[in-house]
Amino acid sequence: MTTAAEARQKSPLWVRWLLPADAPLYQRYEAIVGWLMAFPALLVLTIFLVIPFLMAFVMSFTNQRLVSPNPTEWVGMRNFERLLTVRIFTLEPERDESGAVVWDDDGGIAYPRLRTFTRKNPEYPELNGLREFVSWQSGENRTVILAADVVFLRALINTLLFAGVIAPLQGGLALLLALLLNQALPFINVFRAIYFAPVVVSMVVVSLLWRFIYDGENGLLNTMLGIATLGSFQPVDWLGNPYTAMPAMIAMSAWQAVGFHMVIWLSGLQTIPNSLYEAAGLDGAGAWQKFRYVTWPGLRNTAVLVLIVISIQAMGLFVQVDVMTRGGPLDATQSVVYQAVQRGYDKQDIAEGSAISVVLFVVVLVITIVNRYLTRDRE
Amino acid sequence: MATMTWETRAKLILSLRYTLLILISAIFIFPIVFMVVSSLKPDLQLLRDSGSLRAFLPIGDISLNNYAFAFERVPVVQFAFNSVFTTVVAVLASILLNSMAAFSFAFLRWRGKKLMLTLIIATFIVPFEVIAIPLLLVVNNLPWLGADGLEIGWLNSYHVQIIPFIADSLGIFLFYQYFRDLPDELVEAARIDGASLWQIYARIVMPIAGPILATVAILKFLLMWNAYIWPLMTVRTEELRPIMVGLQYFFQRYTYWGEIMAYLTLVTIPVLIFYLALQRAFIESIATSGIKG
Repeated sequence: MTTAAEARQKSPLWVRWLLPADAPLYQRYEAIVGWLMAFPALLVLTIFLVIPFLMAFVMSFTNQRLVSPNPTEWVGMRNFERLLTVRIFTLEPERDESGAVVWDDDGGIAYPRLRTFTRKNPEYPELNGLREFVSWQSGENRTVILAADVVFLRALINTLLFAGVIAPLQGGLALLLALLLNQALPFINVFRAIYFAPVVVSMVVVSLLWRFIYDGENGLLNTMLGIATLGSFQPVDWLGNPYTAMPAMIAMSAWQAVGFHMVIWLSGLQTIPNSLYEAAGLDGAGAWQKFRYVTWPGLRNTAVLVLIVISIQAMGLFVQVDVMTRGGPLDATQSVVYQAVQRGYDKQDIAEGSAISVVLFVVVLVITIVNRYLTRDRE
Repeated sequence: MATMTWETRAKLILSLRYTLLILISAIFIFPIVFMVVSSLKPDLQLLRDSGSLRAFLPIGDISLNNYAFAFERVPVVQFAFNSVFTTVVAVLASILLNSMAAFSFAFLRWRGKKLMLTLIIATFIVPFEVIAIPLLLVVNNLPWLGADGLEIGWLNSYHVQIIPFIADSLGIFLFYQYFRDLPDELVEAARIDGASLWQIYARIVMPIAGPILATVAILKFLLMWNAYIWPLMTVRTEELRPIMVGLQYFFQRYTYWGEIMAYLTLVTIPVLIFYLALQRAFIESIATSGIKG
């Protein structure tokens, strides 16, 4: 017959660690119940959050596909190289035998064709397979930015631009709304409820509705602008024009979510004691000075929070793109997550989708670290 | 201005403030009014009216025909059922799992607890979009014991839409914070009276967790009802498709604007009514998620 102590000796190390032998019986019982109660949630989080998160990193170094007859192989940094390789290249003009610049038929400077450098040119192995992303004239030369994956580069720049514009825009508008509402006046809660309402409406619904508002022919926005300018406004196909598609998407996204951040600002405003305003009033401060020297300093941490929350949400830009533009026109609204889904799901290339996810995570992490740094600095 | 008394100036500022508040309200309300009004109009009239302010008025040939046509064209009722089903199950399960874990973290002593709590808070910074693609690979390889026996792969099912979301770190953290601020005597007294730990959870702590329960439920409800990217990738057949994916699917096949507006109205109005009825709880919940998350 084995005693309890002997049975313990045989139990695995992790059991002995979780349930120390010297602990009284009721404490060991409590530890077991504690684990059992936390277990279901921890299991779900492990399988559906922690494992996929770690897998994103592992898969991004392989050629994993969703379903494939071939075994998965390690490919090192290849996925990241394909996504992120960018080179600056200077094209020098064609010169004749005397060294003079050759001019083309249109009166511009003639350059050698880019593809002579990027298609298996043994003198330029680092340019092999790259494509032109953007180029401009600099003196006699032409500077070209080459990228291995021009669509992804466009998506990354677009998403950073989207986040960089919408964070101050939406955060600022939300602050204005919060300041307007931050007074105990009749019906103020009605206005708060109205401004907040779009937040509970699905982004799919909002995107479809705004497609109609932005329509080039029958769109409501063109109608409204026409009425406001007494008919002198020229209708614009807001989502069909590469210059207006992204701004239109930013405006719509801000309309949908501004109420959310207005509420966060409001709770920040309520932490500022009234006595500070009274003291400032006694010192003869006007409305602007009160805002500048009392309200704003009291809102600094809220400001950082609002900017971070908006920019992280913005980095996840997907629904608007999928419903409204599918990345177009001319890739003007491509986004990082849209590309991750296109490759990871549509093309079933899990490895490339994972590499894009890792890039996204790194950006989000950098935003969070900057946030931590800024808030720590001020406390 | 100089002759104006302090009182008239204050009145002027107040009326300016209200004018501004009302004008801004129009920006938020008009698109929604336009959606509802347009859902009642035939397409021709809808397109004609959008050239003027008539777009916001329910006038002309008003009927519910668009709703009837939308129902005929795609299985809206099936889509709605799928969304209601997945939402209700996920909300109930997430309340149970998150609160149980939080109870354990807040009141029970066990080794490794601090580490687990730290890890849970650390996961806040991982957006769903980062894990969505590898998660697709995970669920494609998970076993499921269903009516047809053991199968590999969860794609195209109800459980793939529900189970990944029945626990979440924000939910655990919100419950944990609420429980931690409850007086210790509450639990200690029950323990001395000989109540079991499960009884303390079910009979003492949960009944007073109403406010935070509402918060977690509302957040999960919005997440599930508005689910788009995940079901888009995991659900292939109409019988299992949730309402938001169904909406985009409808739009891709037909561009009858009146019917699209009817569909949009149909999926939005219940949520808006729900929101207006529980307005304070909704706003507080979502603000909490922003501040804590």
